[in-house]
Amino acid sequence: MPEIDLATLGSQFLVGLSRAMILFTVSAGMSFVLGVLRVPNVAHGSLYMIGAFSAFSITKLVPGPVGFWMALILSPFVVAFVSFVAERALFCHLYQREHLMLLLFTFALSLILGDLVKIVWGAEYKSIMAPPLFDGTVRILGASIPKYNFFLLLLGPVVAVCLWLFTNKTKVGKIARAAAVDREMVGAVGINVSWVFAFAFVLGCFLAGLGGALVAPTVSIVLGMDHDLIIEAFLIVTIGGLGNMWGAMVGSLIFGLTQSFGVLFMPQFAIVFPYTAVVIVLLLRPKGILKSVW
Amino acid sequence: MGNRAKTFWIYGVLLAVLLVLPMMLPRFYTYILALIFVTSLLAMSLNIVVGHGGLFQFHHAAFYGVGAYTFVLTLTKAGLPMWICFILAPLAAAVAGFLIGWFCVRLSSLYFGMLQISLGSLLWAIVFRWYDMTGGDDGIHGIQMPEFISSTSSAYYFILLFFVLSFVIMYLMHQSPFGQILRATRDNPARCSAVGINVRRHQLTAIVIATFFAGEAGVLFVVLERSVFPDLLFWVLSLEIFIMCLLGGWFTFAGPVVGAAIIVSLRTFVGAYTEYWTMIIGILLILLIFFLPEGVMGFLVERFKGKPNKAPTEQTERAHASS
Repeated sequence: MPEIDLATLGSQFLVGLSRAMILFTVSAGMSFVLGVLRVPNVAHGSLYMIGAFSAFSITKLVPGPVGFWMALILSPFVVAFVSFVAERALFCHLYQREHLMLLLFTFALSLILGDLVKIVWGAEYKSIMAPPLFDGTVRILGASIPKYNFFLLLLGPVVAVCLWLFTNKTKVGKIARAAAVDREMVGAVGINVSWVFAFAFVLGCFLAGLGGALVAPTVSIVLGMDHDLIIEAFLIVTIGGLGNMWGAMVGSLIFGLTQSFGVLFMPQFAIVFPYTAVVIVLLLRPKGILKSVW
Repeated sequence: MGNRAKTFWIYGVLLAVLLVLPMMLPRFYTYILALIFVTSLLAMSLNIVVGHGGLFQFHHAAFYGVGAYTFVLTLTKAGLPMWICFILAPLAAAVAGFLIGWFCVRLSSLYFGMLQISLGSLLWAIVFRWYDMTGGDDGIHGIQMPEFISSTSSAYYFILLFFVLSFVIMYLMHQSPFGQILRATRDNPARCSAVGINVRRHQLTAIVIATFFAGEAGVLFVVLERSVFPDLLFWVLSLEIFIMCLLGGWFTFAGPVVGAAIIVSLRTFVGAYTEYWTMIIGILLILLIFFLPEGVMGFLVERFKGKPNKAPTEQTERAHASS
């Protein structure tokens, strides 16, 4: 076992937290879709991947820091547009069908999107550079982390608060939450439920795109990056409580932290720790840590 | 009597054709046929729990992988005789199925599926990372098989034998009181437990049986391919076999065989021409969901017998009521 001092432990903790923030951004989107539509969106990972790839393209088109910020802002909208088209063209006709069909549809969508990414961007590794602003490290209480991870640490709570304000304080958000609890009633008071669903789906996918754009400078952007993430997001949403946004936060923290400490103690089996944590949580609290919306 | 005799004859002729085929076909096609049997067995075992049990068995491939890896590890690392390995592997898969199922049957629909995905992914993660034991992401290749199944055609007959045996056993189970009760628990769990059926125990038994056959499919895969790799336990494969069941027909017995045959052939022959075959599978799946939700066999049964095994509206109602 490697020598571990407090500073290493501290920075590993911070890195885990920043990883958790990305996981949160993605899984909050999935949780929202799951809460309102009651469908685990298998294509969520593919949309995350599209977010990362379109961030790459935007930084290629517009070089320099401007391109980076544009990528961060625009690629979620690219993803939202893709999901909007898929939802209105195909998915919205299936809402009356059983759940399994909806789930398999999102799987089909993920297969198609995965190959579309291959057609558009090719199978090579891609990477983008964070702007010079993020060079170097930040020291917090003796532990140091890269500046970009620090930026993620700050951004995660901002995303959470924005999402909370949006779902709790705006009319659209309130309608979406109401549709999560009782869709018949929402329909009965004269609201077009199909459009509420479309909206929730697109918002969830927007967050997937945002997560993809945020993760892009820290990893190599490659086909198949969706596969690991989708399972992680599934599990985070499940242990947090289906459809509960704060649950997604708790789940992401558990996942991110167990993973980063696992790397420290048993590098080879780091991947096993978060899954074990999930199993333990589900055995103790089968319906997740926080209350599910359904 | 007529109907039954007809079915018997159809299967008899089919079996005779399958016995003769490898003598006339090139080796490659024999291999594809054998692969279809292996995949069919896997899909049929999934269909026991999904189609007949109504459970969200989202990570069935995990047990396929457990069977395959147990077989290889007991054969190469422990050096046990082949027949013992051959029996141990499906049993190991069934034990894994029992352990995972024991926790899962406590939960309802989607939570069941989620817990299973997490436990299955845990298995995958262990296999993926345990380089010393499983070879990690490289897997284990070039496994020595005994003389009598070392050629493609002898492996074909071996696989065919076990496929037919399993098919018959599963069919008998499907027709048995147990199978009937299982379908009853799918359609109305509340009423079943009211008349004194232990729903969870039946579901758990179905899972154990299904995972046993999944493990056997894993063994047969090794017999054919002589290699194992962690993709056998990956969740993508689990959803693929789900598609096979859907494509063939959930509520028919032989449906998954048709589905597996279609998917394996598509992957082999379409995959040879284009690298974008997953997109083709995706499009096929979407067409299926929209136009043929009962699957190929379900459609044929409805067409020729004039009655579906199960009305789709009933299923939709159940999904809505339980949500």
